[in-house]
Amino acid sequence: MAITREEVRRVAALARLRLEPAEEERLTADLDHILEAFARLAAVDTSAVPPTAHVEDDRAAFRDDAVTNPPAAEGLLANAPARDGRFFRVPKIIE
Amino acid sequence: MSALHELSLRDAAERVRRRQVSAVDLTRAALGRIAAVDPAIGAFVTANEVEAMATAEAIDRRIAAGQDPGPLAGVPVGVKDVICTAGLRTTAASRILERFVPAYDATVVARLRAAGAVIVGKLNCDEFAMGSSTENSAVGSTRNPWDLARVPGGSSGGSAVAVAAGECHASLGTDTGGSVRLPAAFCGVVGLKPTYGRVSRYGVIAYASSLDQVGPVARDVADVAVVLEAIAGHDPADSTAAPRTVPSYLGALDGTVRGLRLGLPREYFVEGMQPEVEAAVRAAVDELEKLGATIEPVSLPHTEYAIATYYLVATAEASSNLARYDGVRYGLREARPALGEMYETTRAAGFGPEVKRRIMLGTYALSAGYYDAYYLKAQQIRTLIRLDFQKALETCDALVTPVAPTTAFRLGEKTADPLTMYLSDIFTISVNLAGLPALSVPCGFDRTGLPIGLQVIGRPFEEATVLRVGHAYEQATEWHRRRPPL
Repeated sequence: MAITREEVRRVAALARLRLEPAEEERLTADLDHILEAFARLAAVDTSAVPPTAHVEDDRAAFRDDAVTNPPAAEGLLANAPARDGRFFRVPKIIE
Repeated sequence: MSALHELSLRDAAERVRRRQVSAVDLTRAALGRIAAVDPAIGAFVTANEVEAMATAEAIDRRIAAGQDPGPLAGVPVGVKDVICTAGLRTTAASRILERFVPAYDATVVARLRAAGAVIVGKLNCDEFAMGSSTENSAVGSTRNPWDLARVPGGSSGGSAVAVAAGECHASLGTDTGGSVRLPAAFCGVVGLKPTYGRVSRYGVIAYASSLDQVGPVARDVADVAVVLEAIAGHDPADSTAAPRTVPSYLGALDGTVRGLRLGLPREYFVEGMQPEVEAAVRAAVDELEKLGATIEPVSLPHTEYAIATYYLVATAEASSNLARYDGVRYGLREARPALGEMYETTRAAGFGPEVKRRIMLGTYALSAGYYDAYYLKAQQIRTLIRLDFQKALETCDALVTPVAPTTAFRLGEKTADPLTMYLSDIFTISVNLAGLPALSVPCGFDRTGLPIGLQVIGRPFEEATVLRVGHAYEQATEWHRRRPPL
């Protein structure tokens, strides 16, 4: 086994995903199958190989830190699942 | 004269600018075609009739006033539903964004509009662009117009199908592991994945940020060149959009490959390939040689590790990118009294099975105790894959390969085993890991009449070369002229 049901539960908690028991079972089987196939990577000697995080060789572009986007508060708040005037409503966070 | 919806993008724009046809007539023809054929193929998630007609009328008024609306004057185009359109619902084919209406346009959409295009609607795809068949869409599968029992490829299935079916003259897709090229190949149209950094991703819903690129789909290479020219270039709003000048891609299409050295990677002709695909691609290579190119065998020795490398890097990035869907500021919310419970139930209800699988795989690969063995290891092998291409492209101007090992498969054929589905990307994903440009161009049909695609891979920022190769091939063949029987 490349991954256990217990580990799947732990990862689901990290990913903030509530899984049904059937989903948990399916994901354990799927991830096990996938990770087993991916184990072939271990055979490659990478001791002297630097990682690639992204491929761009160009240096980061600098620009003035100036506000260019027009105010869009209403357009953004229109997508809020729950709002109170110009605020997003959320459940109580601090007891 | 052919029906308006069958015109090439260049021809349509030219007629609008010469006032031989109005933008309103073109748009009405596209919307009529959508109404007639989309119920059978399901390319669109949202049609944009009212705004499209208003835009077309505005373009006609500008032309009447003697102004030039741009190279895409009055041309109906479609946009993949992971690309934000101001005021027009953008869902990523996910339940979690079912009612999301962006407050702004993605840079590529703003540039299409500035070039005179008419946005006729939003195109179906795999949820959050995660898939190879467009079956992972919350609104249902898109169908292949050549055989309605088959998939169009994915994730930009709607983008390829809409163009193949004549619902629009060109479209935008996104390509993270082959998501423009695979559906283009399966649907018999032309699709380009530009170099990483060639096109802005501002306003594009993120899947895997070190791999995602926006790319055009059209019915011939010259139309793809026109759309690329319109959308490419630096964008102050996306620091990864390279500050390099944009050449005239259309001007680069001189119809010849004479003197070009084209590499044939040995690892891309493997056992288990559909024989008709291999035969069609080899015949295309012979054709290119006849046209004056030199063909050289090359090797990309780390190809066998590409699938594992990609699915670790991409899912790790996805798990981080999709952390933003928490039910707080936009998207679905499952109301619960406690915040943590709200997050967990919202995400459980909003994401489909493949998205959950990738979030889980990516979270696992990044988690304590597994990071070095999976994520870091994959990033190191990514370096080796990049170096393979760098070496091959030192001696070759471009590489030619199949786009996929098979033609379009049946709906449901690969949904039971995620790994089998991932293998559909075997010839396309390395290109994203290396950040290179690659074109998919039609090069034949199998005996059941399904299209086959030829892939042309180039050096970074040498889109002009891959387009030139595809264009020269197109001039010598007729494959791209065939239309599906709808």
